[in-house]
This record gives sequence, structure tokens and C-alpha cells, in this order.
Amino acid sequence: MANEIAKGKAEPGCAKVDPILVADNVLRQFGGLTAVDVKHVEIPRGQITALIGPNGAGKTTFFNLLTGFDKPNSGTWVFNGKQLAGVPSYKVARLGMVRTFQLTKALSLLTVMENMRLGSQNQKGENPLAAMFRSVWRKQEQLVTETANELLTRFKLDAKKDDFAASLSGGQRKLLEMARALMTKPTMIMLDEPMAGVNPALTQSLLDHIKDLKKEGMTVLFVEHDMHMVRHISDWVIVMAEGKIVAEGPPKEVMKNPAVIDAYLGAHHDSDLGAKKKAGK
Amino acid sequence: MEQILANALGELLTPMTAAYALAAIGLAMHFGFTGLLNFGQAAYMLVGAYAFAMSTLAGLGLVPAILISFAASIVLSFVLGIPTLRLRSDYLAIVTIAAAEILRFIVSTTGLNDVTGGPQGLSGFARDFYSINPFPAGEYGFWAWTMDEKGLWVRVVAWSLVIIAALFVSKMIRSPWGRVIKGIREDEDAVRSLGKNVYSYKMQSLIIGGMLGTLAGIVFVLPRAVQPGNFGTGLTFFIWTILLLGGAATVLGPIIGSMIFWVLLSLTDGLLSAGVDSGVITFITQNQIGGIRFMLVGIGLMLLVIFRPQGIFGNKKELYFNG
Repeated sequence: MANEIAKGKAEPGCAKVDPILVADNVLRQFGGLTAVDVKHVEIPRGQITALIGPNGAGKTTFFNLLTGFDKPNSGTWVFNGKQLAGVPSYKVARLGMVRTFQLTKALSLLTVMENMRLGSQNQKGENPLAAMFRSVWRKQEQLVTETANELLTRFKLDAKKDDFAASLSGGQRKLLEMARALMTKPTMIMLDEPMAGVNPALTQSLLDHIKDLKKEGMTVLFVEHDMHMVRHISDWVIVMAEGKIVAEGPPKEVMKNPAVIDAYLGAHHDSDLGAKKKAGK
Repeated sequence: MEQILANALGELLTPMTAAYALAAIGLAMHFGFTGLLNFGQAAYMLVGAYAFAMSTLAGLGLVPAILISFAASIVLSFVLGIPTLRLRSDYLAIVTIAAAEILRFIVSTTGLNDVTGGPQGLSGFARDFYSINPFPAGEYGFWAWTMDEKGLWVRVVAWSLVIIAALFVSKMIRSPWGRVIKGIREDEDAVRSLGKNVYSYKMQSLIIGGMLGTLAGIVFVLPRAVQPGNFGTGLTFFIWTILLLGGAATVLGPIIGSMIFWVLLSLTDGLLSAGVDSGVITFITQNQIGGIRFMLVGIGLMLLVIFRPQGIFGNKKELYFNG
């Protein structure tokens, strides 16, 4: 399995057979704290990659950097052959790399349908001069609405389409956010903790939706805490700890990696700290 | 008593009411639909009033004068927006309120007497406007709404502009453009993540709402002289009051809000004044009425914000989800 995705041995920063995103020396410091320090990482195209790591590992910060929501101190990354460092977030989205947020950002006082329509790209009616003339954008609006209806049906939100997004449950908002991101017709979708705060009944359907994205040829990169979920759906796992990538590999192998266990449980989890106090660290 | 009522109801159609309604529609675009905290709508009105008056006094026609006012308004939007629209919304609030005061102090300095009229302001600039009055001299209207031909002309123009502005804004808001704008109000990062240039949209909204404020400034000074004292922070806060009264995210709200605001002000003024004259109210003097009525309006506004925060025309459903 490792050989299908990685070129050589599965190790931190290993080369992929067909990478869609390649990042080099991405460094982000907040004052004296180094939040992200990624030397080299490649995300495989058309696969589901999980980015895991304990709290404060820098996963979300790394996400923000890649999508232009935060600026690194240094570093470059190439998405689909395009240099993305310094590109503003909205242009990153237009290039086909679309993200969702850890704390869901449903646009509360817009209806579910309006939320969906907003995701569509290159809308003529979004130009202030054209907005006044309905005839200019009416046709396109119909097409956008059709696409939105299809997606809403797929995500089982069609009954809710005229309700305010604020009236949705936490899980439904996650679904809406994912559906809305799909309205942009992305090539790569980045999900920041898609499972957080979702009730167990909805988790399975969320997982299925993520698998569907892969079937449609999209690349998925997602941040997750829950190792269990990760094992179920990901093809490849990248582990971060203290801002660095400490391990990579297929899910089953990564879980056995001592670096991962250390990252999650602490390097001294199996030693008696009290007894070694004198020796110090 | 009837006179008090007539005075109050007369306020419904004054150019002043129309001007405040226009400015409030502009502010609805800023705050109600885009979420921009503009505390300097008075600055846009000032720019409109002064640019219009100075242009016509320099001998320009009405149309060039209005175009110059709009150009000045757009420049002001860029000056206010470029440094602040990338930041959190409160920065715009600080900058706009400061800019409004700076502009007011600049136009009222005696050093600029030749240009802006200094503390005296400008007058006699509306001759061109009244010279194209199509209504023959005479008395028009009835009861509370009696006016001469000048009054009729300025009212017709002012309220036509209000209606056009309202239709324009409601059309814009229902377009895909309006959807982006409202999305920005809800969460700009989400809109950014969907490939929209949020900064540019905020600037567009600032410009459009500002131009409505500028138009309001022109309407405001047509029946009177331009006086720098009129464009203080009080003006901005009256417009905010009107906006919140009617409902911030509505188009009709600012218009009705402006009407209610001026009728209530006139009514409290008339009633208090009559009360003092007839000896019913003994604890205040005639001179204090001006202040007291604003206190009453203030209390009314507080009650409104507590019990009906969405305004008179706001959608109650939207309120369930606040917080």
C-alpha cells in the first residue's frame, strides 16, 4: 500500500508518486513560539490524507498557512504546479483548493440555499455593476440553484434549504459547510476537524461523504484528533507534533510508529518519571 | 393642540426627513447588510454638502456639481477604507468617527474662509436648483403639509431620490452581489474561503453607502445654508438612531425610521412647550425643552433596543439566532 502512494520508504517528508501539493520549509512563529516548522511534505493526489497530531501540534496553523489565511515567516508551497506562497486566501480558493473551518462557519442569517449559491464561482451577478440587471445573471442563477439542489439532496439538507443556516444542528452545519465548499468545484478540499462536535449517528454519513469526494477524483486533506476515524477512511496519514512532521505512512503502520505514540502519549509514558528524577532529562 | 399635531405631522415630508432617510439607507448598506461600522456618515454628508455648494458657487452647473460630490465621496471612501477594511470592523468605526470630526474642523477654520466660508458656512448655492423649478409660484398642499412652490420642488426631488435609492438598494441586496455582502456580514473568513475578494466587496459597499450619504448631504442643504455645525457627531448618531429604529437590515426601515424620529422629536417638543406655557409642567423651563426631548428620545431608543432590537421592520426570525 505504501508503495502505491509514496516513492520510497514511508518516512517524514517522503516523496510521493503523484503529489498535488508540495510544501518546503514552511515556518510560522508566534513571538518566540514556533507553531509550524515543516521542512518538506507532499500530499498525494486523489487520495484521502489525514493530518493528525496532539493538541497544539500546529495542524490548524499549517492549514491556515497553506490556504492563505495566515502568512508564514518563510516557506514555499506549490499546488498543482502553482506557487502559492503569498497568494491571498480567496485566490487560493479560486485555484481549486478550498477549505472548511474547525469552528463551523455557516453564514447564520443566510438561508441554506443562499449559503450554497455563495459557493459558486465566476457569478456575473456578483459584479456590482451587473447586479442591478437581473437579466444578466438570471440564467446563471438558475444553473447555480440546480447544482445547489443536487448537492443538498446528496447531503440530505434539501428539506432545510429555505431555513436560516442558524437553525441547523452542529452536524448539519458541518454538512452544509462541506456542500458549500463543493459548490466551488474544488480539486482539493481541506477539512479542518470535520468530525468535531458531530453526533455519532451523523459521523458515519460524514465519513461516507468524505469517501465519495475521493471517488469523484478530489484530493482530500483533513485534520482529525480521533485515530479511530482516521484509520477508517484515510489512505495516508501525516503526523505532526510540536510543529514538525514526525511520521508519515499508511494508517495501520503509522499507528505503530514509536514517534507517533510518543507524540500522543509523551516520550516518557512507559517510564516512571519519579524514579528517574535525579537523572533528569 | 392641533397646531402641535400639524407641526409634528408636517415633519413627515420635510426635505430634512428625506435627507436623514437617504443617509440612513446608506448606513443600512454599510452596517445592516455588510456589517461595516461606519460612525462617520456625517462626513459623507459634509462632503456632499460642501462639494455641491462649492462647485455651484464656482459657477458649475447642477450635474457637474453632483458628479464632483460623488467623486469626492468616492475619494473619501478610499481614504477611509484602504487602511481599515483589512482590519477588524472596529477599526473602521474609530477612523470614520475621527475623519468626520477632522473634516468638520477643516471646513470651519477661518483660514479657509474664502473656500468653505469658515464658521459661517456657505449660502446662495442652490439658485440653479430653484431656477429649474417646474412648479409655478403659489401655495400647495393642505393642512399640515402646506408649502410654497420652492418647498414643493425640493420635497418632490428629495423624496424621489429616497424612492430611487430604496429601490436601488433593495435590488442590489437581492442580487448575487447582495448575497456576498450579507455573507461578509455573517463571517468574512467563510466568504473568503469561497473565493470572494472580501476586501473589494467591503470597499464597494463603503463607496455605495457613502454615495447615498453624499446625496443625503446635498438634499440636506438644498433648503438651507451649509453650516459646519450641522455636521457634528450628533448627525451621525441621529442617523444611527433612525437606522436602528426602523431596522438595520431593511430598506423600508430607514425611511419610516426617519419619519418616526422627526415626528416624535417635533411632538415631544410641542407637547413639552405647551405644557410649560400652560403651567402644567413646572419643573422645567422653555430653554430646557430642547435638551429634555433628546433625553426622551434617548430613553425611547433604549427601550427599543431592549424590547425590539431588530427594529420596527426587522425580521423577528433573525433574532432567534443572535448570540
